[in-house]
Amino acid sequence: MNTQSIPFIRRAVSEIGRSLLVSCWFMFLTFPIMVIKVNPLERTIDWQWMRLVWIGLAVFPLSLVWRWLMMRKEQGSAKDGEDSWQKRLGERIRADRKISAAILALLAAFVVAFPFIFSSYQTQIMISALMYVMLGLGLNIVVGLAGLLDLGYVAFYAVGAYSYALLNHHFGLGFWSALPIGAGLATIFGILLGFPVLRLRGDYLAIVTLGFGEIIRLVLENWNAFSQGPSGIAGISRPGFFGIELSLSQHTVFLYFIVLALVAFTILVVSRLRNSRIGRAWIALREDEIACQAMGIDKTKTKLTAFALGATWAGFVGCIFAAKTTFINPASFTFMESAIILSIVVLGGMGSIIGVIVGALVLILLPEYLRAFSEYRMLVFGASMVLIMVFRPQGIITGVRRHYRFRQKEGTEEQGERDAASA
Amino acid sequence: MLQVLDIKQLTMDFGGLRAIDDVDLEVRQGEIVALIGPNGAGKTTFFNCVTGVYEPTGGVMMARRPGKNASVKLNKLKPNVITEHGLARTFQNIRLFQNMTVLENVMVARHCRTRSGILGAIFRNAGTRREEQETVDFSYGLLEKVGLQQHVNDLARELPYGAQRRLEIARALATEPFLLLLDEPAAGMNPRETSELDALITRIRDDEGISILLIEHDMKLVMSISQRIYVMDYGRLIAQGTPREIAENPNVIKAYLGETFDA
Repeated sequence: MNTQSIPFIRRAVSEIGRSLLVSCWFMFLTFPIMVIKVNPLERTIDWQWMRLVWIGLAVFPLSLVWRWLMMRKEQGSAKDGEDSWQKRLGERIRADRKISAAILALLAAFVVAFPFIFSSYQTQIMISALMYVMLGLGLNIVVGLAGLLDLGYVAFYAVGAYSYALLNHHFGLGFWSALPIGAGLATIFGILLGFPVLRLRGDYLAIVTLGFGEIIRLVLENWNAFSQGPSGIAGISRPGFFGIELSLSQHTVFLYFIVLALVAFTILVVSRLRNSRIGRAWIALREDEIACQAMGIDKTKTKLTAFALGATWAGFVGCIFAAKTTFINPASFTFMESAIILSIVVLGGMGSIIGVIVGALVLILLPEYLRAFSEYRMLVFGASMVLIMVFRPQGIITGVRRHYRFRQKEGTEEQGERDAASA
Repeated sequence: MLQVLDIKQLTMDFGGLRAIDDVDLEVRQGEIVALIGPNGAGKTTFFNCVTGVYEPTGGVMMARRPGKNASVKLNKLKPNVITEHGLARTFQNIRLFQNMTVLENVMVARHCRTRSGILGAIFRNAGTRREEQETVDFSYGLLEKVGLQQHVNDLARELPYGAQRRLEIARALATEPFLLLLDEPAAGMNPRETSELDALITRIRDDEGISILLIEHDMKLVMSISQRIYVMDYGRLIAQGTPREIAENPNVIKAYLGETFDA
């Protein structure tokens, strides 16, 4: 017994010692801002020593927990690449058709019933979360599958939104006819951006796309005759429902179902593309550009299709955004939007569809429901992002490669499973 | 015998450095040809010129698929176009698609022999489904050929080293080449793996009629499988001939063992 407990105690003592050190360091660092309070009116300094004590007391347990988590993470990675219970659970869900079908049916029922159970406000929030799901899945094609770091994705979103807004404003075009036009225009812009960046990779590509995003926003902001500048375009019509007049809350429900249908469509398309000839070419391009070319894949074409398809989805969502808010201005298309969409993809898990969906829901719903914590909500939001990246750098849910069914030479016996495609 | 690859006066300059100087090389149908030479002799640069990674400064590179009358000039073609014409390669430092499964790695290489596009992928019509299944079956057949059938659904990065080398060969074969260019296929292999590789390369040549050009440092392998050997040093061709001729060539011995060598 002694032989086992002695190293443990020694380790614990050293961990506590380190945590003490960390809390002292924090007390020292925060000393100027937390302890010294200058009173400019009376020209005195209030020394708030109790605060220092509080900081020390708060940091010490936090540091201990942090060390314990890091230790577990190291042990986990030493044991096996991934958390085994999660893997087993995932495999069981996937293997058992009954369980996965039941979960899917429950989820579908909940999603369909959502606008009737919850308030109009909640539905609005859910609509924007679903829009980000689509944006995330669209960007996932470019970043997650083809490995092209695109920091200007919001530009295509803006193109879609402004196409609908301007077509509606000038020509009175309805939502349904503007939707394909907006998406088409975004596709064209995607190809336009694609051409100059064909030779670029990694950081350089990121900078150029970032610039492209800013160009679009600046054009929209300054070309008053075209886009009405920063004052934006108001009075965009909502999607029509067979010419029937709808009340505001009915409109919300209708829009919810439009977005839901489009999300379902997106999931279908992306999951099919991912395991197709084109999808494999994208992933090969991400994995190794030189080998990819040497295996007979046209780099130019592959990159352009990735850019174009990613942009198409941003165009779709842009139209929906304009229809949802009925008012748009360039302020909605800042770099912050691109950053959030990229965070959705990275935090959710690059290349994984469920991961991106979870990522979008977490990143969009978390700040909304954290409103209760008012001024701390952005702090909690940022901290949770940092924590996810430290403990799951591969994202919340990792993509699983598909297992194919193939014929063995000896006979017609078939092997391998097909349904590993999800996640 | 018919030539499948005919290279005349190939020259490659990097700024002031002449990496390849006036090299002539030919590969005939059904031949295994080795390209050897000390480190830095320009062998890999030569491969990169032939496969379109670099654009050579001078010279003419012609290739012809057996059974076809017209030969194709390879100069200025993109790497993927050259692969489409039927020259496939492997890499000295293994370049697999690490996060794809073994089967998918081979399936990727079927890209240039298949046609289905985005709409086919989305609607999954009968034609696309058939093509997918053909791709899967063809790729699996190749994995059986190189002896990787038990690893089909593993990720490429999880494979042992020797198996990764064999996967690279299977992937190159999936593009249906008539000439296979192997860049140090035996590097880092143990003697048993090397002798398996020897058998595999010979089998590829005999069964498929694919000609092979390989760069290799393992002299035992080179001497046992190649019909002809080219020796490069400082970007120049210093000798060519049968393995026996090369083994006795004084220039080659000098290049490998240095000027001061005295027999």
